Amino acid sequence: MNGMTVRVRVNSEPREWSVASNDLLLNVLRGEEELTGTKYGCGIGECGACTVLVDGQPVLSCLTLATSLDGRDVVTIEGIADEGQLHPVQESFLECAALQCGFCTPGMIMMSSALLSQVPNPSEEDVRHFLRGCLCRCTGYAAIVRAVLAAADKANPDAEGPQCAEHVSTEASR
Amino acid sequence: MTDTIPTGKAVTRDALRQVGRPLVRTDAVGKAVGKTMYVGDHVMQGMLHARVLRSPIASARLTRLDVSKARALDRVACVLTADDLERPLIAVDIPGQTGRARLETDQQVLVRDRVRYHGEPLALIAAETVEIAEEAMRLIEFDLEPIPGVYNPEDALQPGAPIVQGTDNVVAAQKIVKGDIEKGFREADRIIENTFQTQFVEHAFLEPEVGLGWVDENNIINLRASTQVIENFRFIADAIGVPHNRVRVRASLVGGGFGGKEDVTMECYIALLVKHTGRPIRLEFTREDSLMGHGKRHPFTMTYRTGVKADGTITALEVRLIADAGAYVFLSPYVLLYAAIAAPGPYRVDNLLIDGRAVATNNMYTSAFRGFGAAQAAVAYEQQMDEIAMELGIDRIELRRRNYLRSGDTISSNYPIESAVWTEECVDRAWAALGEPTEATGHLRIGRGVAAYQQSYGRITYLHDTSQAWVGVEIDGSVTVRSGVTDIGAGQVSALGQIAAEVLGVDLDDVAIYNSDSAVTPLAGTTTATRALYMTGNAVKVAAEALRGRLIERAAKSLGVASDGIDIADGTVFAIDDPGISMPFHELVKLSAADGIHCSELAIFRAPFSDGLDPETGEGQVHPDYVFGAHAIEVAVDVETGEVSILKSVAAHDVGRAINPTAVEGQIEGGAAQGQGFALSEEMIYEEGRLITPSFSEYLIPTSMDVPKVESIILESGTGLGPFGAKGIGEPALTPVAPAIANAVTDAIGVRVKELPITPEKIVAALHAEPT
Repeated sequence: MNGMTVRVRVNSEPREWSVASNDLLLNVLRGEEELTGTKYGCGIGECGACTVLVDGQPVLSCLTLATSLDGRDVVTIEGIADEGQLHPVQESFLECAALQCGFCTPGMIMMSSALLSQVPNPSEEDVRHFLRGCLCRCTGYAAIVRAVLAAADKANPDAEGPQCAEHVSTEASR
Repeated sequence: MTDTIPTGKAVTRDALRQVGRPLVRTDAVGKAVGKTMYVGDHVMQGMLHARVLRSPIASARLTRLDVSKARALDRVACVLTADDLERPLIAVDIPGQTGRARLETDQQVLVRDRVRYHGEPLALIAAETVEIAEEAMRLIEFDLEPIPGVYNPEDALQPGAPIVQGTDNVVAAQKIVKGDIEKGFREADRIIENTFQTQFVEHAFLEPEVGLGWVDENNIINLRASTQVIENFRFIADAIGVPHNRVRVRASLVGGGFGGKEDVTMECYIALLVKHTGRPIRLEFTREDSLMGHGKRHPFTMTYRTGVKADGTITALEVRLIADAGAYVFLSPYVLLYAAIAAPGPYRVDNLLIDGRAVATNNMYTSAFRGFGAAQAAVAYEQQMDEIAMELGIDRIELRRRNYLRSGDTISSNYPIESAVWTEECVDRAWAALGEPTEATGHLRIGRGVAAYQQSYGRITYLHDTSQAWVGVEIDGSVTVRSGVTDIGAGQVSALGQIAAEVLGVDLDDVAIYNSDSAVTPLAGTTTATRALYMTGNAVKVAAEALRGRLIERAAKSLGVASDGIDIADGTVFAIDDPGISMPFHELVKLSAADGIHCSELAIFRAPFSDGLDPETGEGQVHPDYVFGAHAIEVAVDVETGEVSILKSVAAHDVGRAINPTAVEGQIEGGAAQGQGFALSEEMIYEEGRLITPSFSEYLIPTSMDVPKVESIILESGTGLGPFGAKGIGEPALTPVAPAIANAVTDAIGVRVKELPITPEKIVAALHAEPT
């Protein structure tokens, strides 16, 4: 642990890091900060599993140098719930069963929350386009898209939104 | 301990309280808040970090390997080569099964003198940090003398071809003979022949393989491993030379598998480093390691020769299958068997000859992947059906209707299907749900395709598969389930909780499930082969029912009502005819415990056991049962760019019983995406055995912009062998998708690309090759 001092806020807590010039944000979060919710999926910015918010913007923490965080605000999956109240995106992911193995989920949720803060009322196309950098191999994205649209609806008092839990039906008879 | 076939009174849909409800899975909240501890999230004091040095070429002799500089580097704890291993070969038997020998060729843990595939491990390094381990890797000096290899099965089968290992490049052969093939062809009015080709496919689970190993205070080698099979503790123990009961594997929740974490991947490396250093070892594959470090889907070349009458009825089918087994055998014999069994598809074929071979090459070894050979066969048989329809001028769905297998008919190995076969309903429903065709505009052509399928659930019956689960009630009325089953994302664990809750009359929230610990949870077998719900769900049901029976008997004494007049629901035990006669469930448990009644049950569920297949004809039972269904697709193909857009996607599957309908839907939607990649964009490309697609920017899996909405029609015949009549959905969700897409593209452009993936380049080339 040598060299440069970085003063940063992590999930609203002021932190001071001592990092090497080539330390990656992903590794500092998962290591020193013990915030293991953010995942290593590829290490070269191709899968989105490492997505966190820096000053409200989604970044790939596996490609971000820790030294570039000086004076900035980082929010990880551990920090988007508010005092025990889940973020609307998290709630919707649960209601819409938008996760299976869950490994892409933190990055997907962070990216989705960034979308909704930029575009409060996205279309389905907007959602699919915004999330294209977050790969998922289990869900086929369908439930994720439903969840993000449902989360957007939560903020909109007039919307009726998809009732995710009632979404699926089965048939016993021919 | 019970080992009976589950009975329990037949339940109607309305009577189920937990099963069939779209409950939030027990593992979901932790995953949504980032609290779930995957293997890679665990750290231990003093842990070392490991790296694997891999061969940069596919076929070579290792003439020199000098690790001295690496060993001398400061803060490097250990460097291992083949010379350091007591047991340099690992006999990787069928994962998780009960010690039956199989035809296979041993795999090297580390290369001694012969490299057989690109990426084969040469050395293991453990150091204080990942950076130091990587620096040590760079200090290892080695010389590789290239030797001629073979890079496709056709070349490998030529006389005089370089032999990959052993004496022969044919590592497995499978023949199935039914009826009289010559007679069948004589009866045909037309004979139609086509050859279809599939590619190397990568699982691309989001969580790369990772493990954390250590020796504990009892001298037990512990491993947290991202695996589908905790039973691999046996092979790990063999690799490091300790008794099986001294290796403990825990899998926790796994970030995707799809068959790619079925074989041993990094576990032996970790165990060896633990044994040599005495310290905790963490090995996390880089994504490149992962792409190079586990077996891929077998490429298949499938030649179909079908004899049909003028009305399309199939009179004869001859199939030749060649699979690329890659450098080591792994599960090739079984993938080939599944492909051979599935080869005719869900159709009645009385005269059949299937001749399959799995052939070794110096490509990456190939092994398990969702569908397991049957998915590749579907790519062939469903495209062949469309080709036959088009040649005969018969509607594609009508042609299928004239040939469907029905319940009671026999499959390729002459064994009857006893469960419901709802192929016709599924095809008709999926096709109808496509609705009105989209109008073509500009240089877009619209096309539709459907594919039906037959996919097994449960493992090969001559492997004598079993699964165990323990169910207990605590004296406060809460319920505990213990089972080794690994959850690789499909909700395998939560489904068990739903079943226990259903039987014991509690809510899913009242059930705690402890899973995936080879030392402590009863072994459930692999999470593979669409077997977890069938096998372990049944084990849980059997255990819970036995326990319920004992508790109800005790309740009968207290309530003064006969046992068959008592039910349990919402934490209360009550007389069905007079619910006022009741007691709290937890009180019943306390009374039972005080009476010395056993308040838990360990059950083993056995799949049907069969003997091996007839060696000449392949006749016999192969699987417990099969799932039937279909997928329908509408595409738009841009004839200028070759790009394919999926406009509509409809799945219809008879899953027997949907324990959790949203979980079933999730599997269907995920399978649709994976099938789309298989059909259109995914290919692991090996040039002279060298992988040239070692990242996600070169190996293209579908993104949120590529995969459309999928409509899921979930049918429940209730005729499955699983709990409450369930069959399965894990592999079936994938199997019909790629052929449906291939059929839709062909319908759109009027010419068939017979090699997957159907890339834009191939489409444009096919269009330009057409005579104008």
